[in-house]
Amino acid sequence: MSAAETAVETPAIEEPPGLLRLAIVRGLVVLGIIAVGIFFLIASDEWLNIANYTMLAAIAALSLNVLSGYTGQVSLGIAFFMAIGAYTAVWLGGDPTTTFFINAQKVPALGLGLSWLIWLPGAGIVAAIAGAIIGPTALRLKGFYLGIVSLALIFIGQQIFVNASRLTGGPGGRSFPSVTFGSFDFSQQNTILGVAVTSNQQYFLLILVILVIAAVFVHNVMRSRAGRAFQAVRDNETGAAILGVNLFEAKMGAFILSAFLAGIAGALFAAFNSYVRPDYWGLLLSIQYVAAIIVGGIASVWGSILGAAFVFALPQIIELLTPQSQSSTSTGVIFGIASGDLNAAIYGLLIIVFLLFEPAGMIGLIRRGQLLVRRLSNRPRKGGEPAKASPNSVHDSEFEVESSTLSTGDGA
Amino acid sequence: MAFFIQLVFNGIALGCIYALIALGFTIIFKASEVINFAQGEFLLVGAYVASAGVFDWNLGFVPSILLAIAVTVIIGMLFERFALRRMIGRPVFSIIMITIGLDTILRTGVVIKWGSTIRAPASPFQFSSGFNVGGVHFGANEIWTIIVTIAICALLFVFFRFTRYGLAMRATAIDQEAALAIGVNVRTVYALAWGIAGAIATIGGIFLAIQAAAFDSTLGQTALLAFPAIILGGLDSVVGAVVGGILIGLTQDLTAGYEGHFTNIVGAGFHDIAPYILMIIILFIRPYGLFGTRKVERV
Repeated sequence: MSAAETAVETPAIEEPPGLLRLAIVRGLVVLGIIAVGIFFLIASDEWLNIANYTMLAAIAALSLNVLSGYTGQVSLGIAFFMAIGAYTAVWLGGDPTTTFFINAQKVPALGLGLSWLIWLPGAGIVAAIAGAIIGPTALRLKGFYLGIVSLALIFIGQQIFVNASRLTGGPGGRSFPSVTFGSFDFSQQNTILGVAVTSNQQYFLLILVILVIAAVFVHNVMRSRAGRAFQAVRDNETGAAILGVNLFEAKMGAFILSAFLAGIAGALFAAFNSYVRPDYWGLLLSIQYVAAIIVGGIASVWGSILGAAFVFALPQIIELLTPQSQSSTSTGVIFGIASGDLNAAIYGLLIIVFLLFEPAGMIGLIRRGQLLVRRLSNRPRKGGEPAKASPNSVHDSEFEVESSTLSTGDGA
Repeated sequence: MAFFIQLVFNGIALGCIYALIALGFTIIFKASEVINFAQGEFLLVGAYVASAGVFDWNLGFVPSILLAIAVTVIIGMLFERFALRRMIGRPVFSIIMITIGLDTILRTGVVIKWGSTIRAPASPFQFSSGFNVGGVHFGANEIWTIIVTIAICALLFVFFRFTRYGLAMRATAIDQEAALAIGVNVRTVYALAWGIAGAIATIGGIFLAIQAAAFDSTLGQTALLAFPAIILGGLDSVVGAVVGGILIGLTQDLTAGYEGHFTNIVGAGFHDIAPYILMIIILFIRPYGLFGTRKVERV
């Protein structure tokens, strides 16, 4: 190839959008770090609690986004892989001296009492192995078939978890080991450098660090060869195969990575929550994560985080801010409707509204706002070059293109 | 032996309800390639409106049922017209999720309107009525469920086979573009599919509530057991839906009857997951179900 040819071609390749390259994102990150710092210092225990659950949810939402958002494999099975992670953690790290009372019988608990430095990675690895075992079967199926079969995973999982009482504590559940460094226990108040730090504050830092690692990791994977293969599989399986993507490898890779992250999220959740019943890992949990990535943004790291905040934190915040009724019920009442019901209704409605009007989710709204700002700021330059579209506008319009080219019976 | 026959009879009756739910899924899927995860809540809404019609508004049994059918038909058609029609060509994931959104709204709506206490179902007969033959109880509910399911299947057969719109629906299911080209109004077909699915769901919901003798807002979860039925039968097969439904009903009742002997191995409540295990086994052998169309895909 001649030097002239390469010189012509090189500028055509645009720099891929970096995690911190988007001006608005960069601004948000700086603001975010400051906000997180302030939040950490002044937030009450309740707010920290909500933040911790939300960040845990964000890790799981990232996991689902890898499989469904980036690779396009419909799965409602994420709760199952989270459960695998959690129960691996409790098996490796659980207190072996615990006993359960099931059917009036004393049952010794399974637990090796190992450190969290073993059980946390172990949870991810075992979940990934489960993904690798289930993957080849599940990935023979496509679309709706895969979605429905992943339901089977949830129900069969529930049956196993309820009955494996030495591990899970049976229907009543069991307590999970907290994160400890020797005598430093995350579930207790501790003193670091003479400052008292509450349990929620310690977990806040720990979960934040793990979330950031997971987010950067997923973001980088998606810019790598493997990540591009995932996205090619999602966009056009046949096309990807023709271009030399090994479909099986790509799907399995996504499945295993997703399961690994789900396992970590499940284990951390169980540790932070300190007590989990098997029915927690049900269909509702999976649906909530699907809702999170749709509302936040499909195939987007920031979307996973925003979506998790929306689905998992907003109801809690509404609950927290609702005046608590003094009667026997513990939930608040708004316009004569229990806040829990109102939350559920709003949640269902928002899913529909986002899917109809902003398929790219909250991240799509942000990008759209960014484009608008850019377009407005470029307008005065008459006769100049037309405003260069943000590289992310390709992402943004992807769903619109799909819907407009394929809509045959659309009356709109 | 009487025990076995009893289980088979009850299993078929239960299977008929699954068949009705599965029919709703299949008819919508054939027409518009959408799996309606809200089908279970159509059952719930139907059962609640019918029950409220009989006990709260004193409308009598038949008017209540007609009102309930009208409500679910209208909800189905409105949802198709204003939500799903805008979703054509979107990823499967989004389509599943929008119906889950509807599911949440319908269930919450029912809870807000009627609370979450247990209700009595609308029923024209005594719950314990029926007759005994050789130690087997043939309950009136079960017999009626089976009769009505057969009647609905016959009606659907006549509709699909002999009417203009039935033909249009079959044509759309086979090849949507070709159907459009020869002048089939695909929008009407979509609306019809959702209408039929809504009506069948209400009937299924009422029978489901009657079989349970009392119901609450968790009634719709039963529809989750119709998923194995449609996978068993094949997503796009109407016959498959009925056969799959009955197979699932039989599997569940027979497992429930005999699981007591091997609880140590499979654990309590095994009958609730037996349909899913059957589904996975069938999928290994026939990935497109017993009656489904095999899609030819070459890479």
